[in-house]
Amino acid sequence: MAVGTSQDVIKKPGLFQILKDTRYVFWREMLLPLRDPFSLIFSLIQPLVFLGLFGPLLGSAVGAPAFGGQSTLQWFLPGVVVMIALFGTSMTGSNLQYELMTGSYERILATPLSRSSLMIGRALKEWAPLVVQGLLIALACIPFGFVFYPLHVLFGLVILGIFGIGLGALSYALALVSQSKEWIFWAVQQTLLFPLMILSGIMLPVEAGPDWMKTASLFNPLTYLVNAERELFAGNVGTDTLAGLLAAVVSAAVGLFVGVRTTNRNIK
Amino acid sequence: MIHTDKLSKNFVVKKETVEAVKAVNIDVAPGELVAFLGPNGAGKSTTLRMLTTLLRPTSGTATVAGVNVVSDPAGVRARIGYIGQGNGGGHSFRVIDELIMQGRFYGMNTADAKARAEELLKSLDLTDLAKRTVIKLSGGQRRRMDVALGLMHSPRLLFLDEPSTGMDPQNRANLWEHITRMRAEYGTTIVLTTHYMDEADTMSERVIVIDHGQIIADDTAARLKANLAGDLLAVEVAAGSAQDVRGLLGRAAAGGELQENASDGVVRFRLRLPEGARLAPALLKEMNDAGAPAQSLELKPPTLDDVFLELTGRNLREGANR
Repeated sequence: MAVGTSQDVIKKPGLFQILKDTRYVFWREMLLPLRDPFSLIFSLIQPLVFLGLFGPLLGSAVGAPAFGGQSTLQWFLPGVVVMIALFGTSMTGSNLQYELMTGSYERILATPLSRSSLMIGRALKEWAPLVVQGLLIALACIPFGFVFYPLHVLFGLVILGIFGIGLGALSYALALVSQSKEWIFWAVQQTLLFPLMILSGIMLPVEAGPDWMKTASLFNPLTYLVNAERELFAGNVGTDTLAGLLAAVVSAAVGLFVGVRTTNRNIK
Repeated sequence: MIHTDKLSKNFVVKKETVEAVKAVNIDVAPGELVAFLGPNGAGKSTTLRMLTTLLRPTSGTATVAGVNVVSDPAGVRARIGYIGQGNGGGHSFRVIDELIMQGRFYGMNTADAKARAEELLKSLDLTDLAKRTVIKLSGGQRRRMDVALGLMHSPRLLFLDEPSTGMDPQNRANLWEHITRMRAEYGTTIVLTTHYMDEADTMSERVIVIDHGQIIADDTAARLKANLAGDLLAVEVAAGSAQDVRGLLGRAAAGGELQENASDGVVRFRLRLPEGARLAPALLKEMNDAGAPAQSLELKPPTLDDVFLELTGRNLREGANR
C-alpha cells in the first residue's frame, strides 16, 4: 500500500488550533527574557546609542531635501525601529539551533503542536520586545523635537509584527537546512541582511543614491515597510501604509509557506 | 495499540537508496512492554520514529493508538508520549517551566500541569532542582527530566528511544524503577529501543530483534534464549582422555559446534547445551563411565547476545556492518 497518494486525506490543523498553539510556543519562548530581565534592559540601550550617535551625523551628512522636509529624527527613528525588528526576527532560527543540537526540538516536534505555530510563536517572541523598545525610544525622543502619534506608531508595530512572522519563519527554515553547520546560518543571514537594509533606505535615503539603487529598492519588500513606518510615525495613514501592510502580509505568507514546507521535508 | 503492515523506510544517501526498514509487521497489545533490540544502525530508531510520526514511511501503513500515522500525525502525537535519544529540556529554561509548558502543549490547563509537574519532580527526585536551568543539571538529572517531560500528559502509550544510553548503572536502575512503577500504576503500554541486551532481557516481556531493517525474532526473552541459544557448557578433562569423550560431547552438542582448547595437559571443551542445567549431571556421569572424568565444569545461562549471535552469526556489539 502506498502512502501519500491522493486518497490519503491528511488532517490539517484549523486556524483556532494554530492560534492556540502559537500562544503556548510564544509563552515558552517569552519565559527566557522574563526569567532574565537584564537581557531586556540591555536590548533597550542599543537602539538608543545608535539613535544618539548616528542621528546627528546623518543630519549634517545628507542634505535636508532627501528627507522630504521632515526633521532628521522624525525620518530616522522609524528606520531604527524597522532595523531592530529586522535584527530580532531574523535571529529566530539561531535560538532554534541550540534546540536542534540537543533533543529539545525533537521533543517539541513530537507534541501535537501545529508546525506553523512553532515558527510563528518563535518569531513573535523576537518581535515582542520591539513593542516596548519602540514606544520607549519614541518617548525618549520627544524632548528632541520628535512628534509622537501613539496609535499610528502602534499600528506600525503591528505591521512589523506581521512582517516579522515571515522573516522569522524564513530564519527558522534556514536553521533547519543548515543543521549541524551553524556557520552557514550566520553566513546567509548576514549576507542577506545588510544589502536588504541598505537598499531599503533604513539608514540613508536611497533617493540620494544612483538610479540602479533606486530601481533595486523597488523590488525590496523592506522598502515598502520602511516607507509605511515613516508615513505612520509622521502621523499619516495613506498609500505608503497600505503598500507596507501588503508587503508585510505577502512576506508572512511566503515565509510560512517555506517554513512549514521545510519542517515537513525534514521529517520525510 | 500498535499495528503495522509492511511498514518500510528508504533513505537516499548520495544517490543510493538505503532500505533502512524493510516491510515490518508489528502488533503490540495494550499494556505490553516491548523492546526493539538490535545493533546500532539496524533500523530500530527509524521504526520508532515512523511510529511517533517524526519520520514519514516510504510505504506500508501504521496505526498507533487507533490513529493512522500518515493521515493524522497530530492525532497520533496527542495520544502518545515520546522520550527521544537526546535531552528534551531547552538549555536556558528552568526545569519546572519546561514541564508546565510541555503539559500546556498537550492541552492541559496551567493548574493541572503545575500539579502534575510537581508530582513527577517528586517521584523522580528532582524537586530541589525545579528552579534550576537545564544546562546546570548533570547527565543523569537531565535524563530523569526527559522522563518527566514524556510522562507529563500521562500517555497510555510511551515510546523510549535508547532510554538509558550513557547512564551509570545506578541511574539506569533508578530509571527502570520509575518506568515499571508507572506501568504497574497506570497500565501504560511501553515500546523501547535498546542495544543493551541485559536491559531488554531483564525488563521487557517481549523482545523484537531487528537486524538490517527486518524483524528476525519476536518472542519473550526466556523463550528466545531457550529455543535459539541454550546454555554454554565448558568442561575440562585430562589431555590423555580427551579422545574418550570427544564423540560423546559432540552428540550432546546436537549438531552445534564443539570447541576444543588444549593447554597445560588439560583439554577444555565448549558447547551449547539446551536445558543445560537439567542435562549436565547425566552428561557428567556418561563422561565418568567413559573413563574421562571432568576436572572442572562451567555452565552459563544464555544471554540475548547469544541469541543474536545464533540468528545472525554476529555479535550485538559489532554493529550492523555486514
